[in-house]
Amino acid sequence: MNETKYMNPYLAGLFLGLILLVTIFITGRGLGASGAVKSAVVATVQTVTPTHTAETKFYKEYQEEHPGNPLKSWLVFEIIGVVIGAFISGLISNRLKFKLERSPKSTTKIRIAGALAGGLLFGFGAQIGRGCTSGAALSGMAVLSAGGLITMMAIFGGAYAFAYFFRKLWI
Amino acid sequence: MGPLVPEVIGNELNFIVALFVGIAFGFILEQAGFSTSKKLVGLFYGYDFTVLRVFFTAGLVAMIGVIAFDHWGLLDISLVYINPTFLWSAIIGGLIMGLGFVVGGFCPGTSVCAAAIGKIDAMIFIAGSFFGVLLFAEGYPLFENLYKAAPWGNVRVFDTLGISQSLFAFLLTVVAVGAFWATTWIENKVNGKSNPEFNSKPLYLGLTGLALILALSAFALPEKRDALLAELDDTNFVNSYVVGSMDCDELAFNLMDKDKNLQIIDLRKQKDFDVMSLPNSTRFDLENLFEKTAHKLLTIKHKKNVFISEDEIMAKKGAVLARELGYTESYYLKGGLKQFRNDILNFKLPGAASNQHEIDTYRFRTEAAKVLPVMIQEYKVKLAATSSESNKPKRVVGGC
Repeated sequence: MNETKYMNPYLAGLFLGLILLVTIFITGRGLGASGAVKSAVVATVQTVTPTHTAETKFYKEYQEEHPGNPLKSWLVFEIIGVVIGAFISGLISNRLKFKLERSPKSTTKIRIAGALAGGLLFGFGAQIGRGCTSGAALSGMAVLSAGGLITMMAIFGGAYAFAYFFRKLWI
Repeated sequence: MGPLVPEVIGNELNFIVALFVGIAFGFILEQAGFSTSKKLVGLFYGYDFTVLRVFFTAGLVAMIGVIAFDHWGLLDISLVYINPTFLWSAIIGGLIMGLGFVVGGFCPGTSVCAAAIGKIDAMIFIAGSFFGVLLFAEGYPLFENLYKAAPWGNVRVFDTLGISQSLFAFLLTVVAVGAFWATTWIENKVNGKSNPEFNSKPLYLGLTGLALILALSAFALPEKRDALLAELDDTNFVNSYVVGSMDCDELAFNLMDKDKNLQIIDLRKQKDFDVMSLPNSTRFDLENLFEKTAHKLLTIKHKKNVFISEDEIMAKKGAVLARELGYTESYYLKGGLKQFRNDILNFKLPGAASNQHEIDTYRFRTEAAKVLPVMIQEYKVKLAATSSESNKPKRVVGGC
């Protein structure tokens, strides 16, 4: 069976905006993603070397701000939801398939290295910038946070500025 | 009044809300095509601007929604998480994320979405982001100065720019709609053909018009708060406003009667309130009347809300504002606390009474001057005992 067409982007944007609005109305906070990765990192390090987390500044500060199990966080539950929601969407649109996607001009090796390096940069940058495209840029725009909008412009501005140097990866 | 967490929806139930929000979020991201890096990076090479369209439409809808909810008093914005601004970390973090975007082809949310439908490159991206966070965590002392530089607090962008919220919302909408048209044009040039999805010009012209009308409506939804507070600064407006009042004798009588339906809202400064406050009075600033705590107090049924302050005009401002905000049972203390002290608390017989009315009044006031100071002292002790456990709701902690 063929894949179903994607949703009209403006319609998808309308739905996404309404989801964000309802989220803010109910919970007083916006959406996010990178925070869940942070919870996973803290939980992993805690399990592997509990003494290290007790001595290291970052984990101590994290524990002060988020007492209890790091995985019992709003964003972790939200991200579990994202996995379920995306899976359902992929299922009904016939897009479920294990696949390493890459540009025909690129190689699998390069794509793997790029994904790993890009993820590393994004994860690191999201920590410096206190949130990623969802948590800082999109949710920040909804509540007109100055920092959120600055981060948003920096993400997209940065991506355009660096795009030329990495064009071989994609086109 | 929102946010519904933690009062209407408990903190535990909030996790279930998170799960369902996530399901909807993931579903829409996938339906929009955010589960493929090709579509995502198309934004940066000009062949597919889907991300920009979805992202800006969502941002505009949520922004205008938040402004409208705030205006109608459905949402207490002072309790909503406003991402704090740290100038340099926002810029540098953003640039690093931008680099990560063109190198990796995803952002964290979209990588999870793509991994959920089986994209192996997205799973690798998630693993990479795990190490990115770990790198930050382990090297935190090195980045801490940058991370905490130039803290501006939870500021909102229009305050930073010194313009009104409405104007900013309008300008942002115009920029976004302009970008929708411009990017469609660029996309057609780059791809050498027009995208059949956007062929229906009248539809998109209509949508553009609709977006601009919505954006203009932001001016019809000014920040009620600022407009009302500005009106209150006008003494003539306050003086000519008709709102119920209570005189000092009546207030004293109700206090001595321990009237359960009396609620006193004290608008003086905290330090004056700490020195002397009337029994069972609550202290608020004028600005607090817009918030959820005041909403809860002032909407209790069968209560008479009496605003007091040192001067009558300030007390009346409170009553007027409360009335404007829809709290109908709002009154102010005639003559303010100044007169209350004079006539009641520090009552001195002004000489012989000349008629029966004066005789009764003087007798009552003499009694009140004995009883009320004792009640005030009792309340002071009670306040001191409870002040440590402040129950004012706090801003939600959010963010990544």
